[in-house]
Amino acid sequence: MPRDCGRWWVDRILPKGFKIEMSMISKWFSRLALAQTALAAASAVAGTPSSLSPNTSNGYNLPLGVTELSQDIYHIHMEVFWICVAIAVVVFGAMIYSLVKFRKSQGAIPDTAMVHSTKVEIIWTIIPALILVVMAVPAAELILKMEDSRNSEVTIRVTAYQWKWQYQYTGAGEGVGYFSTLARESNFARRLGSGIDPNSVANYLLDVDHPLVIPSGKKVRLLLTSQDVIHAWWIPDFGAKRDAFPGFISELWILVHPGSEGIYRGQCAALCGRDHGFMPIVVDVRTPDGFDKWLAEQKAALKPAQTAQVLN
Amino acid sequence: MAYASTAHDAHDDHHDQPVKGFKRWLYATNHKDIGTMYLVFAMIMFFVGGFMAMLIRAELFKPGLQLMQPEFFNQMTTNHALVMIFGAVMPAFVGLANWMIPLQVGAPDMALPRMNNLSFWILPFAFTLLLGTFFVPGGMPAGGWTMYPPLILQTGAAFPMLIFAVHLMGASSIMGAINVIVTILNMRTPAMTLLKMPLFAWTWLITAYLLIAVMPVLAGAVTMLLTDHFFGTSFFNAAGGGDPLMFEHIFWFFGHPEVYIMILPAFGIISEILPTFSRKPLFGATSMIYAVASIAFLSFIVWGHHMFADGMPMAAQLFFMMSTMLIAVPTGVKVFNWTATMWRGSLSFEPPMLFAIGFLFMFSIGGFSGLMLAIVPADFQYQNSYFVVAHFHYVLVPGAIFGIMAAVYYWLPKWTGVMYSMTLAKWHFWLSTVFVNVLFFPQHFLGLAGMPRRIPDYAVQFADWNMVSSIGGFGFGLSQLLFAYLVIRCMRGEGKKATAAVWDGAMQHGLEWTLPSPPPYHSFTTPPDLPHQVHL
Amino acid sequence: MAQAHAHEASKYYIPHGSPWPIYAAVTLFTVMLGAVSTLNEWLPAYSLIPGFVMLVFLFIFWFRTVIGESQAGIYNAGVDRSFRLGMMWFIFSEVMFFAAFFGALFYARTLVVPWLAGDGTKYLTKLLLWKDYQGGWPTNGPASISPRANGSFETIPALGLPAVNTAILLTSGVTITIAHHALLTGHRTRLAIFLAATFLLGFTFVGLQATEYHEAYTELGLQLGTGIYGSTFFMLTGFHGLHVTIGAIMLVVIWFRVLNGHFTPKSHFAFEGVAWYWHFVDVVWLGLFIFVYWL
Ligand code: HEA
Ligand code: HEA
Ligand code: CUA
Ligand SMILES: [Cu+2]
Repeated sequence: MPRDCGRWWVDRILPKGFKIEMSMISKWFSRLALAQTALAAASAVAGTPSSLSPNTSNGYNLPLGVTELSQDIYHIHMEVFWICVAIAVVVFGAMIYSLVKFRKSQGAIPDTAMVHSTKVEIIWTIIPALILVVMAVPAAELILKMEDSRNSEVTIRVTAYQWKWQYQYTGAGEGVGYFSTLARESNFARRLGSGIDPNSVANYLLDVDHPLVIPSGKKVRLLLTSQDVIHAWWIPDFGAKRDAFPGFISELWILVHPGSEGIYRGQCAALCGRDHGFMPIVVDVRTPDGFDKWLAEQKAALKPAQTAQVLN
Repeated sequence: MAYASTAHDAHDDHHDQPVKGFKRWLYATNHKDIGTMYLVFAMIMFFVGGFMAMLIRAELFKPGLQLMQPEFFNQMTTNHALVMIFGAVMPAFVGLANWMIPLQVGAPDMALPRMNNLSFWILPFAFTLLLGTFFVPGGMPAGGWTMYPPLILQTGAAFPMLIFAVHLMGASSIMGAINVIVTILNMRTPAMTLLKMPLFAWTWLITAYLLIAVMPVLAGAVTMLLTDHFFGTSFFNAAGGGDPLMFEHIFWFFGHPEVYIMILPAFGIISEILPTFSRKPLFGATSMIYAVASIAFLSFIVWGHHMFADGMPMAAQLFFMMSTMLIAVPTGVKVFNWTATMWRGSLSFEPPMLFAIGFLFMFSIGGFSGLMLAIVPADFQYQNSYFVVAHFHYVLVPGAIFGIMAAVYYWLPKWTGVMYSMTLAKWHFWLSTVFVNVLFFPQHFLGLAGMPRRIPDYAVQFADWNMVSSIGGFGFGLSQLLFAYLVIRCMRGEGKKATAAVWDGAMQHGLEWTLPSPPPYHSFTTPPDLPHQVHL
Repeated sequence: MAQAHAHEASKYYIPHGSPWPIYAAVTLFTVMLGAVSTLNEWLPAYSLIPGFVMLVFLFIFWFRTVIGESQAGIYNAGVDRSFRLGMMWFIFSEVMFFAAFFGALFYARTLVVPWLAGDGTKYLTKLLLWKDYQGGWPTNGPASISPRANGSFETIPALGLPAVNTAILLTSGVTITIAHHALLTGHRTRLAIFLAATFLLGFTFVGLQATEYHEAYTELGLQLGTGIYGSTFFMLTGFHGLHVTIGAIMLVVIWFRVLNGHFTPKSHFAFEGVAWYWHFVDVVWLGLFIFVYWL
């Protein structure tokens, strides 16, 4: 996992003996990593830790999340962010310096002979290119990892509709399936002129009648499709987002860290018409045992439920 | 050499005056008149699109639906974007091209004056068609400016109007682009070799090539939508062997070059203004040209970065990530060269310079977030969140719009012959700069915290930053009234008389400053020589 | 008189005030209003007529002005160059318009159809959604969209009419080149004859294309709505046919101009512009023949 690119590069690229010469750089990078951790800690203090939070995130940054992928993403996000900050400090620094130092009102004389310099131009072409390589390599590695949906243990079919989700379990859970729509309270409160204060509604717009239930510690594969227009299934805490197209199946996998059981929330992330803003996604992550128990209950309830449907 | 001198219709051969009355505008063939019409049109559209943005921000001021139904909100975002892009930014750049390119390259007019008029006059009709959808059953298009099927196919009676409006805008842009290309290649004063051409003309030349390469592709894409909707074709329908994702590919093959169409002319403007107010030639002018050309080239091979989360083959993800990141290199060259232009200069801070400096900082911020978006794994989190909204508004508002405003403040005295109030213009700059950041910076936080874009209502934990953003939005919107006031005053000729050179920048670089302010109705009837110090 | 012309010709002509552009904009708007009304079924298709009538007049008026100016010797070499460059880049934009449709063809054929048939990472798409779909090309998709009851359709073999049409268009490319040569060397009769041959070949092409469409619609079960094959087939060949028709009409116009003694070996932009356009139409056809009919 590319925790920070300093260590990542040192581990992978450099011959062992080189480490000493490179220690300056890696020290710099580990300081960066320290700053990262500090920021993460600060955000954890500022907001509630996301695994406990009923909300999607913690205020102003990506959630660290509860899957390996979401955490990898978080780190690569922070790395790139800090690299951009570093570049910004240098570039904006130079700009501000010239704005302050070379003012006509302070009697600055222009150096009109300074028209170009092939040398510096080559330098400031190559350095950014190198910085980009530093970012691209770990990113590429993470892509490979994300696309690997082999060896999943639970497979669930997800079908999007305007404006709800349908979940259907396969394998052991074959036959278990239901629709998941915006919870009743939110649905009342969200109407124009409802007179209900959204703050008084628990998990306003982020609650559903039937959440998706998945086990922790197991690779869960979602097979997404749509019945009408394009939708997108997104839970920030899982680092998982994928579009659902009508007529095609797209795949997405999730492996929630054991111990991070709880409720996670997200929203449809592709404009899908009038109620695009009102088709949230809620996932209830249980322990493998709890999940199996739940699934068995659902299966047991299956027969009567089907009869009820017929009666309806 | 295209012209030794110019001839006009026999009946008004010798007078250098515009005809009186409505004919001057309806029948216009003069590049200045047409440029003025473009700019006025763009200004009106900026206010129309801005008004829609104000409705958006008002609805998002706090959680819960306050003002409008969700469907209407979607109509507002869709049309806000279409109006701003095709109605405000692009016409404003074409207007600037019309005014400035003949002046800068020493030409008597645009090369194909009648076509020039046509490409302008198509626009009001195109937008009548687009905005007219407000009155038809089903309301305005609401599928987003990206018009993805199958959603866009659910549009009501507005659907064909949207498609034909896009066709008209495309036709207008293509004709405008052809005119720019022909003017630059054929009408330059013989003394001006391509490498001596001012950078605004250069960036526009490259932009024009982008336009003629991608606007027809957009026309093709929306034509496919039209036939899918009305004539039973299956381009974007899996049942018939098509794919909605295919639309996204075709659209973004147009769409990504399109975003550079909206920034390259601004790069040119900044490259004109910084040297003037640094009293120093542009640093590395030749490499600036190569940088713009590389950006334009790369823009054709990066479109996939808008579709990372839509499920592309892995090889495609890798390719589009790398190519997108590469764009940072030539863009970096531009930013560094601009910085070097100010370095050891003698800077003064008139309004055009202020806007140019604002551009440097804030465009770069937008560029940095663009670079973050290019990182595929991270984009899975960013995509379709407010982080993207923050990114593109940083490059579009304090980027493209600031570039346009810088250009207007720079050349307005040249066009009208009068100077605006420096004090008010500086107020306009500072208010805009403060508010634009209050408006768009918090949207980064919202996006990272998980707020999707294109939603009329949101969960309560997004309330604070949305309120801040809305306040910034209203402040930014109101500040623009100052701009309108200053421009209208100048257009009415109210203000101090401006000199030919206008700016006391020690080195004036460009033929436009050799003419009086305002320039004669027909500028260069014989090809001028270059002033001794003409420099890019 | 001759001297006056020489004097004029040294100058770049800038027209002053012209009513045609705004009339053109209004015309386009009228056409589109008609199209919108028709498509939305607000008005019967007659609502398209005013726009098209205005369009015809537009071309008559605008071209008459330009031809008149050209004949009066107002255009110097510079103006001529502007026209040429303008035409060149206009044709380039047309190429890009066709590129969008060719792109759709390639993308659908090499990616979408195999995906739907379960290729590569998309095997689940077939398994779960389109079990019986085999893919291949030509195809009208997993739902076999076709006017025939059994969902089948037939394609037009490349070696039938399309091959004849290829021969026709290639020949017309030769005839127009001969005509151009005749113009340059002052052989007016030969010019007129070969120009006429060119547009006659063009109209023959369009006529054959029409019979081909007729057969496709009535006998082959191949229509615009016949899945992705029908979509790409008719959109590509249809837009091409439209361009051939426009090109042939332009050829007729310049043919009349030739009969009226217009064009000199030195100044004949209109002729060349039309010739370029004709070659462009020709090249697009070769692409169509190879990628739509043949492969
Ligand atoms: C003027 C318009 C404009 C410009 C100039 C850009 C510039 C860039 N854009 Fe942006 N973009 C848009 C307009 C624009 N964009 C719009 C409208 C959308 C959304 C469309 C929609 O979905 O509705 C979008 C969306 C968008 C996405 C898709 C996001 C998503 O939907 O998930 C991506 C992803 O890669 C992206 C990337 C970039 C990059 C890498 C640049 C680069 O060109 C930026 C380069 C600049 C810099 C990097 C800063 C300066 C450089 C230096 C100081 C040098 C050193 C720097 C480094 C080495 C890092 N943009
Ligand atoms: C050049 C392009 C451009 C420009 C200039 C702008 C300018 C602005 N944009 Fe926009 N925007 C887009 C291009 C642009 N935008 C695009 C492409 C989208 C994506 C659409 C989609 O999802 O499909 C978008 C979407 C978009 C959204 C997201 C909608 C959503 O996802 O739900 C928001 C929300 O805040 C927004 C806000 C604004 C604001 C406040 C401005 C301000 O800068 C506007 C300021 C201008 C004025 C306000 C007008 C002048 C003043 C007056 C009229 C006086 C009256 C003033 C008051 C009443 C206060 N824009
Ligand atoms: Cu479903 Cu947005
Ligand atoms: Cu892009």
